[in-house]
Amino acid sequence: MAVVAVLVRRPLEQVGNVTLLPSPPLKIFYCGKIHRTEFTVLSCVTVREAINQGMDEELERDEKVFLLGEEVAQYDGAYKVSRGLWKKYGDKRIIDTPISEMGFAGIAVGAAMAGLRPICEFMTFNFSMQAIDQVINSAAKTYYMSGGLQSVPIVFRGPNGASAGVAAQHSQCFAAWYGHCPGLKVVSPWSSEDAKGLIKSAIRDNNPVVVLENELMYGVPFELPSEAQSKDFLIPIGKAKIERPGTHVTIVAHSRPVGHCLEAATVLSKEGIECEVINLRTIRPMDIETIEASVMKTNHLVTVEGGWPQFGVGAEICARIMEGPAFNFLDAPAVRVTGADVPMPYAKILEDNSVPQVKDIIFAIKKTLNI
Amino acid sequence: MNVSGSRVLGLCPDGRLASRVLVASRHFANDATFEIKKCDLHRLEEGPPVTTVLTREDGLKYYRMMQTVRRMELKADQLYKQKIIRGFCHLCDGQEACCVGLEAGINPTDHLITAYRAHGFTFTRGLSVREILAELTGRRGGCAKGKGGSMHMYAKNFYGGNGIVGAQVPLGAGIALACKYNGKDEVCLTLYGDGAANQGQIFEAYNMAALWKLPCIFICENNRYGMGTSVERAAASTDYYKRGDFIPGLRVDGMDILCVREATKFAAAYCRSGKKCLLCPLWRFRG
Repeated sequence: MAVVAVLVRRPLEQVGNVTLLPSPPLKIFYCGKIHRTEFTVLSCVTVREAINQGMDEELERDEKVFLLGEEVAQYDGAYKVSRGLWKKYGDKRIIDTPISEMGFAGIAVGAAMAGLRPICEFMTFNFSMQAIDQVINSAAKTYYMSGGLQSVPIVFRGPNGASAGVAAQHSQCFAAWYGHCPGLKVVSPWSSEDAKGLIKSAIRDNNPVVVLENELMYGVPFELPSEAQSKDFLIPIGKAKIERPGTHVTIVAHSRPVGHCLEAATVLSKEGIECEVINLRTIRPMDIETIEASVMKTNHLVTVEGGWPQFGVGAEICARIMEGPAFNFLDAPAVRVTGADVPMPYAKILEDNSVPQVKDIIFAIKKTLNI
Repeated sequence: MNVSGSRVLGLCPDGRLASRVLVASRHFANDATFEIKKCDLHRLEEGPPVTTVLTREDGLKYYRMMQTVRRMELKADQLYKQKIIRGFCHLCDGQEACCVGLEAGINPTDHLITAYRAHGFTFTRGLSVREILAELTGRRGGCAKGKGGSMHMYAKNFYGGNGIVGAQVPLGAGIALACKYNGKDEVCLTLYGDGAANQGQIFEAYNMAALWKLPCIFICENNRYGMGTSVERAAASTDYYKRGDFIPGLRVDGMDILCVREATKFAAAYCRSGKKCLLCPLWRFRG
């Protein structure tokens, strides 16, 4: 069962009786019309298209930007995120690598040290563990260790977290791992607007930035506001967004769970509970001020994430809320909704119950509001 | 014809001796030709030349640089034993021919990256002894403002100073990628030790450097020991110059600065000419 904090446990009978309600398909939820045309700047684009557009615009803008990774060029990307880029920019700027994460991540970091602006794609962030030494020791720490002499303007991007049926070794969430390290910026987009704005900001940033995308979100269309269609549309790293204002409880999430929180909020608003849903957007540096301001208004906090509970994003949010002014405004302990503390199982029913679902979020909110 | 010889003997009170030296100095040549060891070759038809000309000016410059590095390292050793330098302090006294010889074979616009035995390279790449010792002693005047220490010194076209064994090799291949990308005819010297030569990521870097024809010269500074483990106990093949397999290699005598210089010039010309990268282990004893 997806973990809903330690203090709050669902009684066993309820566990036995719960039937899995299929979530409404997200496509219909967020976008009125689904356009099948790709890569023209329409008002409705999928997350995949948004990342593609963002990279395309930055590749065009700056000669020093290039993309490398497995299958990014001739295959158009393992998940087709870099479709069309090799055809447009060629071998020099879109580079297929052998299956050598440690090697090509190190090469990307070295190229960044020498003045280029690489985008290093990991097919999934699970494979980034092969290269994590290069990400942390060679990229993240260098600017500090060199006393400000050597910057490393690199972007590491790729899908993070649970997918569908890919089991234990391919489903881990790395938000907490990378979010732990000083010297790195870590962003986690949810919508197309997030994806496009954050990838562009990441590429333009002179620091190493880890962009944690989500494979299950790639195909989800969102309406892009008109300002997001500009070539200079950037979302500032380090700023959260209030997706839905509310008064009774603050829910903080990042990546795909933001969608689940909005669904939960819709269900609960029919019962008169108005949830304020905050989309973190950036894991590090975390925008704790937005969360504090919200908690001081609503007096209740629930955090939602796909990763494991111990030392996770929710744990950090709770610790920081305790350390800051918002603590005195809490009417109940903060509650974390996280992935289950197990390696991801394969069987669908087990997998579905190992990640936060809408019903888990609703359950946590009602528990914290003592309803 | 310079008369610095006479300045030395000027201390001698015998005026006749000074004038003899004055006369003698007119017969000093400005350069000399030396024979150097032939390098063992792997997948190469020709190697560096076996003779080389050393000018007086260069000779004095190299000697001065090597002596400075030696004195600096010995001082660092003393400071380390006094606990004024903390943590790790990897010294290169005895290996000065490597850092000075390599620098002599490349241009200041070329790039160099090494592991943690980096003080000599930091000096030859242009930083002052003062900045290096200040960094080692954790002072603000250090090249990394005291935040890096022995293993994390950086300079222009010098990328450290890397603490993780072997991690600098893919970084060096990446710098070579940037050289090729920018089209500026620069090369990157990527150094690692005999201990690091067994790291997997080095072979990943070899593969990509050869595949993409990166202008990267992989240099293994073989001092025959990885910490306390001799090469025979660590490597199934101690022919480090052959371990790049598809990458051509040279085995160079790292104790002879002229051999190192010529090999570096050869390697740099090889890489600049658009051919593949090169592997050059420098064989020597720990000093």
